[in-house]
Amino acid sequence: MLSQDILVVGGGLAGLAAALACDPQLKVAVISKVHPLRSHSVAAQGGINAALGNNPDGRDDTWEGHAFDTIKGSDYLADQDVAELMCQKAVPAIYELEYFGVPFSRFPGGVIAQRPFGGAGFPRTCYAADRTGLVILHTLYEQSLRRQVKFYNEWLVTKLVVKDGKCLGVVVYDLQKGEIMPVMARAVIFATGGYGRVYLRTTNAYINHGSGIGIAYRAGVPLKDMEFVQFHPTSLYPSNILITEGARGEGGYLVNNKGRRFMEDYAASAMELAPRDIVARAIQTEIDRGNGFENQYVHLDLRHLGEKKIKKRLPGIREISINFAGLDPVDTPLPIQPAQHYSMGGIDVDIHCASRIEGFYAAGECACVSTHGANRLGGNSLLETVVFGKIAGEEAAHWVKGSSGPKDEEKQLLDAALEVKKKIEERQKREAGEKVHRLLNRLKLVMSDQVGMFRNKKDLAQALEKIAELREDYKRVSISGKCLRFSQELVNIIEFESMLDLAEVITSGALNREETRGSHYRLDFKERNDNDWLKHTLIALKDGKPQISYKDVNITKYEPKARQY
Amino acid sequence: MKYTFRILRFDPLKDESPYFQDFSYETEETRTTLEALMDIRNEQDCTLAFRYSCREAICGSCGIVINGKFELACRTMIDSLKSSVIIIEPLPNLEIQKDLVVDMEPFLETVRKIQPYIFPEGEVLEKGYRIEDEEMERIFQYINCILCGCCYSACPVASRNESYLGPAALAKLCRFVQDPRDRRNFSEWSKVNTEGGVWGCDTVFKCNEVCPKDVRPADGIEALRRKLVLEKIKRIFRFKR
Repeated sequence: MLSQDILVVGGGLAGLAAALACDPQLKVAVISKVHPLRSHSVAAQGGINAALGNNPDGRDDTWEGHAFDTIKGSDYLADQDVAELMCQKAVPAIYELEYFGVPFSRFPGGVIAQRPFGGAGFPRTCYAADRTGLVILHTLYEQSLRRQVKFYNEWLVTKLVVKDGKCLGVVVYDLQKGEIMPVMARAVIFATGGYGRVYLRTTNAYINHGSGIGIAYRAGVPLKDMEFVQFHPTSLYPSNILITEGARGEGGYLVNNKGRRFMEDYAASAMELAPRDIVARAIQTEIDRGNGFENQYVHLDLRHLGEKKIKKRLPGIREISINFAGLDPVDTPLPIQPAQHYSMGGIDVDIHCASRIEGFYAAGECACVSTHGANRLGGNSLLETVVFGKIAGEEAAHWVKGSSGPKDEEKQLLDAALEVKKKIEERQKREAGEKVHRLLNRLKLVMSDQVGMFRNKKDLAQALEKIAELREDYKRVSISGKCLRFSQELVNIIEFESMLDLAEVITSGALNREETRGSHYRLDFKERNDNDWLKHTLIALKDGKPQISYKDVNITKYEPKARQY
Repeated sequence: MKYTFRILRFDPLKDESPYFQDFSYETEETRTTLEALMDIRNEQDCTLAFRYSCREAICGSCGIVINGKFELACRTMIDSLKSSVIIIEPLPNLEIQKDLVVDMEPFLETVRKIQPYIFPEGEVLEKGYRIEDEEMERIFQYINCILCGCCYSACPVASRNESYLGPAALAKLCRFVQDPRDRRNFSEWSKVNTEGGVWGCDTVFKCNEVCPKDVRPADGIEALRRKLVLEKIKRIFRFKR
């Protein structure tokens, strides 16, 4: 049986940062369901935050200022010690990335360039034009090659194997071979990304099913703050491909069908650069009031930036607009609408990225260390991946070195793999059954229609019923064909089980939280309520049902106040 | 609009040789080739295998050949093809694993061979580097590479000579050699001063033509050639002195 000291699951930024941080003496491998360079981190555009103070307008920036903006942006749900740690580590993290070879854009004088982003007191978002994710992911991959990190690509993890509160390894589906098999590990780090495809409209890659989060939940790890789902204000209509916040950072306007910069009515001082939850709701409100175009979108106007600036700072956006909407932002305003973008919630881990299962860690979007609270600021997700990916790697290595080796775990792992195999065989035997993609489409509609940006009790309760129906239908799903090599259908079937769990957890958390905070907007409870709800939601699987509990927010020195922008 | 998708199918464990299978596909909407392939897989044959991820031309998963043209499936609108018959084939010169999925290992191996990472001087600088944008602009073209493999697959030299590094790997080497932070030894990287390296290119510029990200890998190969010749001349003169 394949056995590793540390198994990193996910080859995006957090996974690679974790693998690079593990002690090279240990046997470390990265498992990824796609080649690491195909991970969704590659699509990040606008940048990564750190208080370098390189922008002439940002000379007085400090990491404390960054922490304050992050906490305020989170609508005070972030754990303040965690946000402080991330922002403090941001500056050395950027210089390390630069040292690793990231080709950041520069300012005259040769320092790393920084642009303004939403919800930030100073321009502190470092960037490489609008392809920041691409260059950082490729750079960390290059560093992994230098360090000869072992990769197992096109392996989908289907199960986390746990015994007596201790992680033993995982079960994987090897797409190339079409086989199910166990992998033993003394520590497992999940860096499996988000679940955007649970929603109909999302900026996320097709592969973002979020199964890692679901697998951890099935293994008994609680999920934290899952009701907080970020909708990005500007996705290109109709493909919902991301148009970076950097477009507004560089000076782009949001305009309705009356030709008005409507953000004036919603955030008079920050305008287009208010935090994402506020801008996304403003856009949707305009569309709902009939101030949009075709009742679908508003305009993001970049024309006044001029051709030179657009080509230099936003070449990727221009390419996307031309390829996918047939429009050149140099000449034409872009049609944009909000779309699901990011998950603030995730696998419940502490400031060391450790879960309550011994030897099991999580980092990046799949995790909730709790630095984004109820709303993440743009430019903080790339930062989170490199800072907490590294911490997860260091902590897992530390734990492995201090723990005893594996004992008699093979049987448990083999049994787990056998169980997965059996379930698949049952589905193969079925003559005709439900098709998983149909269920997936139904789930997406439920989540978008009833668990979207604007929520209310009735819709959320109905959504839970529909998710339960889908769960029944899922039991009847069948697999076509005997060959399991490169079966995307099997991938979807395995991952859909997780998606059902995630949908249920998101919806349950949202139904219970009778207030409005950050991205979670309740039409029936429109105010933030710190007395009752300044706390994290924890949802754990208990006897096959989600069980909800709550946990206090860590407050260091930033007293919760009303957010104004 | 009605289309016929003529898709190359092959399961090396089962089929003796690849064959084309026709699928009829009807849509009123503007669909990308990738979306059409997904619809066909979902509704007509769940076993049809192909790779994909980002659907926005940045992850490099879905390079295929569409009506004879190397393309990313995700960014190719089917109505732009101006044909009711759409022929879909996997990237050539790479072994088919299943249907449109090919073994990318030989291609990725060429990239690993050039030591595709920076060789920095010393330790991390506390206040970072000072590099002007103009210096970085030299490499911008090359950092757009998404390693989709289209250029390698299309390269006539790579197809007949397995030891040729190919366009993507050489362009990547150029990216590092021109990076002001890189301190790799000339004696190390000048190993590409061979037929398996920069002199293998027969300058038909197929790579430039097929690259979906406008990297123009052949520019990198030519830049490396110039640099090698220049370094040689420098060395001769230094020796004479």
